Amino acid sequence: MSETLTSQTLSSSSSPQSQTPVFALVGNPNCGKTTLFNALTGSRQKVANYPGVTVERKIGTFLTQHGKPLPIIDLPGAYSFAANSPDEAILRNVLVGHVEDEPKPNQLLCIADAISLERHLYLCIQAAELGLPMTLAINREDLAQESGIDIDTAILQETLGISVILTQANKGTGLIPLRLALSRAKNNVPNQLVRYSNPIEDTIERLEQSLIVHDTTEAQRTRGIALLLLQEGNCPVFVSEKTRTILEREKARLNALDPNWPSALIQARYEIIQALCRQAITHKPVSGKTLTEKLDSVFLHPILGWVSLATIMGGLFWSIFSLAGYPIDAINWTFNELISSINGVFPRGPLRDLLNDGILTGISNILMFLPQILILFFFIGILESTGYLPRAAFLLDRVMGRVGLQGKSFIPLLSSFACAVPGIMATRTLKSPKERLATILIAPWMSCSARLPVYLLLIAACLPNHSAWVKAGVLLFAYTFGMVAAFSVAWISRKTLLKGESTDVIMELPPYTWPSWRNLVIYLADRARTFIKRVGTTILTLSIIMWFLTAYPQNPDLSGAERLEHSYAGIMGQYLEPVISPLGYDWKVGIGLVSAFTAREVFVSTMAIVYSVENGGGGAGCCCGCGGAPKNTALASILPTQTRADGSTLFTPLTCISLMVFFIFALQCISTIAIVRQETGSWRWPIFQLIFMTSFAYIAALCIYQGGKLLGFA
Amino acid sequence: MGAQKKISDLLPGQTATVEHFATSEPWVWRLQELGLLPGALVQLIRCAPLGDPFEIEVKGSLLSLRKKEASAIWVSLA
Repeated sequence: MSETLTSQTLSSSSSPQSQTPVFALVGNPNCGKTTLFNALTGSRQKVANYPGVTVERKIGTFLTQHGKPLPIIDLPGAYSFAANSPDEAILRNVLVGHVEDEPKPNQLLCIADAISLERHLYLCIQAAELGLPMTLAINREDLAQESGIDIDTAILQETLGISVILTQANKGTGLIPLRLALSRAKNNVPNQLVRYSNPIEDTIERLEQSLIVHDTTEAQRTRGIALLLLQEGNCPVFVSEKTRTILEREKARLNALDPNWPSALIQARYEIIQALCRQAITHKPVSGKTLTEKLDSVFLHPILGWVSLATIMGGLFWSIFSLAGYPIDAINWTFNELISSINGVFPRGPLRDLLNDGILTGISNILMFLPQILILFFFIGILESTGYLPRAAFLLDRVMGRVGLQGKSFIPLLSSFACAVPGIMATRTLKSPKERLATILIAPWMSCSARLPVYLLLIAACLPNHSAWVKAGVLLFAYTFGMVAAFSVAWISRKTLLKGESTDVIMELPPYTWPSWRNLVIYLADRARTFIKRVGTTILTLSIIMWFLTAYPQNPDLSGAERLEHSYAGIMGQYLEPVISPLGYDWKVGIGLVSAFTAREVFVSTMAIVYSVENGGGGAGCCCGCGGAPKNTALASILPTQTRADGSTLFTPLTCISLMVFFIFALQCISTIAIVRQETGSWRWPIFQLIFMTSFAYIAALCIYQGGKLLGFA
Repeated sequence: MGAQKKISDLLPGQTATVEHFATSEPWVWRLQELGLLPGALVQLIRCAPLGDPFEIEVKGSLLSLRKKEASAIWVSLA
């Protein structure tokens, strides 16, 4: 960001009190922040992404007690303003007005959890230092009562100098007093309670002066910004170069005096908080274990923990793998009906083909993902809001940590066995950008359900007379091979390309809570909308391009197989022959590979067309193993009879294995490319992934085929 | 002052007072901001079934940290 823009955004001539209020909702993760936001705004909220990062930007409107609509921004949950992850950087940058196109908040609504109030007040005290009018909501006071915690809000109000309101956002309790407090024309700026050691206070003063002179910051905000600068974390605050120079000099001075000065800063805040809590909180002894202790003794038990994890993950996997099949079939059926009724009405011609095979097939390709996405995010939503997700991560951290990932990478990877698209969407639960990218990188190597029909076809073709056990063994090999390679690549990438510490090593295991259905519905609707809007358009465009390549130039007089041969895809397949013949394939397989780029299972239907198997039509794209059993059997018996130009058998077991290996690794899926673009925010990563995965597939298949030939397996 | 140990040496259920951190890597500040400051009481709740990470309780909240971190935090038994 340029310096001029920075200086401009840091300054604001008018006083915040005279402007229309823009509220920012600030709080720790797991304190019911989203529930409070949803309760205040209802459905009046907009979800988007902040530019350049995949941090969600949620702006809503809530009505004051007099019915006046006011904007409120739901900022990402964080434990501190020291920013080490994109989420935390967004939180801080919005608060200081450094995010483009974002209204600069001039009032804060802090939310803290009543059960661990002391820890939650840390962020509130930091927020208080920003010098903005503030209101504090203390949430989940019902649960605190159960644990024997009694909070005296009067003391908090008096000491902090702001309104403090007890709420139970999930039940709507306390919302009226909260709305009333927020409706006030003039809310109080909190008292500045924390006084740091003299050297730190000197530094703050020097930074404040520089901010006023060089960054034209308003006087009442300088202390807050100076403190943010002292604890900026990995993600720097944007300030003028002069202030930056002073900051570096001051940090060096403090380091020389006491290398542990950041700790002194934290300690000074906690001392104030502890004194406050001693006065305001009374603990009554409670007998018996809390719900969280009871549940953890099962979910984190050395044996029962694994059993429950396996059950939950098994249920999740079964649901997206198999349960999603019903709505997918329904979508498929609807679109087939639609296409055939269009065929009945419209005359044959390029327009009808575009509509049927390009547009409608493309739209059905998009909708086909929705059941899996919704089911997966239903699970993730529940696991996240109940507090189980961090427990699963806790159990699995050791395993995933070995390859440089973390426990939370597990769910995206598991889901990718059904489909990489929802799997990659699920990487949003990972806060560390590098671990998230590493997970996105390897997710497509988990053999998804679209590969299953291809694997089954190739296994049936190359091992027609072997027992089911051998076939199952080969299938297992395909799955394992992909996984082993994926984890190796994850490990290597975390040592090289994506080198760096994980930011999520330290995480909270929040108390278990009952999920809020309202939050879940809003969450799911939002996921579906984002997918259709952002990813859908890319998939549709790519689907139409793929349709065009297989349908043009048009040769209506030819048979299906010949038409495909003379299409652009067919021509590309033929051009590919010299490239793919070292892998053991001919140009007909090449056509299959080109068309499989739409979605992997299209390979099966294309092969059926190429080899003129009856009923071989079938449109492009369906994602849940609908290769069609009879067609598969007919095709599997035809494949072994195919020969190359020199008369040698084409589909030897070695060719089939080489082809399977190619399918394990190649990124033949436009939808995956589209979702990676959406989730990483640029084309750079999906293009890298496409080139990397396809080269890897090529080299692996080459090694298998040529190695096999050398060993005499041809 | 009681015997000096690392958090990773504690037995599940044992409570101790945080003494000092053997490093000043950035994660130290993160942990301190979560309340694990010198002088605070910390209880080891359990280790994950595979031996890593550790679950601790500090100021009423449950945190998980890896062995690498747990063995850089010195505590004294009450």
